[in-house]
Amino acid sequence: MSAKPAIKVEKLVKRFGKTTVLEGIDLAVERGQVTCLIGPSGSGKSTLLRCIALLEEANEGFIEINGEPLGFASGPNGERVRLPSSETQKVRAHIGMVFQQFNLWPHMTALGNVTEALVTVRRMLRKDAEQRAMTQLSNVGLSDRAGHYPSELSGGQQQRVAIARALALDPDIMLFDEPTSSLDPELTGEVLAVMRDLAESGMTMLVVTHEIGFAASVGSKIVFLDQGKLIVEGKPEEVFGKPRHERIDQFLDTYLDRGAATLL
Amino acid sequence: MTFDLDLIVLYLPDIVRALGVTILLWLAGSALGLLVGFLIAVARRYGPRWLDWALLAPVELIRGTPFLVQIFLLYYGGPFIGLSLDSITAGLLGLTIYGAAYYSELWRSGFVAIPKGHVEAAQCVGLNRTQTLRRIILPEMTMLLLPSMVNMTILMLKETAILSIISVPELTLAVSALGTKYYAFVEGFAILALVYWALVEACSALGRYAESRLSKYRFAVS
Repeated sequence: MSAKPAIKVEKLVKRFGKTTVLEGIDLAVERGQVTCLIGPSGSGKSTLLRCIALLEEANEGFIEINGEPLGFASGPNGERVRLPSSETQKVRAHIGMVFQQFNLWPHMTALGNVTEALVTVRRMLRKDAEQRAMTQLSNVGLSDRAGHYPSELSGGQQQRVAIARALALDPDIMLFDEPTSSLDPELTGEVLAVMRDLAESGMTMLVVTHEIGFAASVGSKIVFLDQGKLIVEGKPEEVFGKPRHERIDQFLDTYLDRGAATLL
Repeated sequence: MTFDLDLIVLYLPDIVRALGVTILLWLAGSALGLLVGFLIAVARRYGPRWLDWALLAPVELIRGTPFLVQIFLLYYGGPFIGLSLDSITAGLLGLTIYGAAYYSELWRSGFVAIPKGHVEAAQCVGLNRTQTLRRIILPEMTMLLLPSMVNMTILMLKETAILSIISVPELTLAVSALGTKYYAFVEGFAILALVYWALVEACSALGRYAESRLSKYRFAVS
C-alpha cells in the first residue's frame, strides 16, 4: 500500500455568499488514524467535513481520497477540472458519513435503513443484504432493535443505527459530524463506546466533536480550527499539553465548568 | 309543501346512473390531477429556473379563479380556439387542470417538509437522485401529505357538482332535472347532500385507514 494519506485536503476555500468559511485549509488524515476536528462554533469544522463528504462543493482547492481526486482534479495549469459524476461516486464510496441529527429515514425500520443502500445501490439480494445488515446492527449492539422504526428508538440507538448504516457499505474512511451533540449526556457514552471500538479496529476516522475528553483519549491527532483557519494540529498531548496555544487555552476555558479539563 | 319520501324511490334509478358518472369523473380527475400535479412540482423543484417561473403563472391563475368560471370558459370558450370537447371530456380535463394546480402545491409543500439531512444521508450512501426520490422522499412525503391530500380529494368530489353547468350527466344535474320534472327540489337536494356526504365519509375513512397504517413510524408506540 502506498504512503498516500487517506484524506488529503489542499488549499481548500469555501464561501457562502460573501462569507468565507474556509480560508485555504491544508490537512492530511493518515490511514488508520483518528483525527479530531475541534474549534468554536462557526470555525468551519463542520463545513470542512461536509466538503469532504461532498455535501458542500468547495470553491477552491482540492481533496484527495486514498490518492484519488474527489469531485475536482487539478488540470495542467493547476486549474480545477470537474470530474464525471461516475468517477466521483466511485471515490465517494470509500467514505461513510454520520450526522449530528442521525438522519435515519423514518419510514424504514433500523434494518431497512441499514439494508437500503446495499439493495438499491450495491444491488445485493435482499436476503444477503439483511444478513450483512444484521451483522452490522449486532456490532453496534442493536440486533434486538432491528424491527424498530427510528421513532421507537432512543437518540443513542438511532445514532448507532446510523453508524451501522454507514459501515454496512464497507467504507475505509468514516466521517463524523458532531455525532453526540444532540444526545443527552447519558446517551453520549454508548455512541462514543461504539466509536472507540471502531477506532481500535483500525478505521480511519475524521471526527468533528465537542467531546474534548473523547478527542484527547481516542484521537491520534487533534486539529484546531478557528475562523476558517487551521490554527494548531498535533498529537493530543502536544495540542492540549502545556505550553499551549493561546486560542486553545481560551477554548478549553469554556470546558472547565463541564469537568472535561480533568481528563487532560 | 310536504316532504315526499316516495320521490326517493322514484329518483333512485336516475340517481344511481348519475352517481356512476360523478364517481368516475371524481376518481379519474383526482388521479390525473395528482399525477400532473406531481410532475409540475418535480419540474418546478428540479427543473431549470425558467420552468419554475413558467409553471408558476398557470398554477396561480387556476388557484385564483373559480372552478365554475374555468369550466365555463373551457367548454363554451374552447371552440373559439378550436377546442371543441364533449361535456364529459371537458369536465374531466377541467377537473384535472384544477386538481393539478392544487395538488402541485401540496406536493411542493411536501418537498419542503422533508428534512435536508434525510436527502443528504441518501446521497452519502450513494443513492442517485431518482433513487432518492423513489425510495426516500416519496414514501416519507406520502405520510406527511396524506391528510391534506385526502382533504383536497374531498374538495374535488364536491367540485364535480359544478360540471352540471356544462350539462355533464352527473349527480347534481340529474337531481336538478328531476326536481324540475316533479317540482320537488328540496327532496332532491336533500338526497343529493346525503349522497355527497356518504362519499366524503367513505373517502375520509379510507384516508384514516391509510394514515393508521402509515403513521406507525411517525408516532412511537412507546
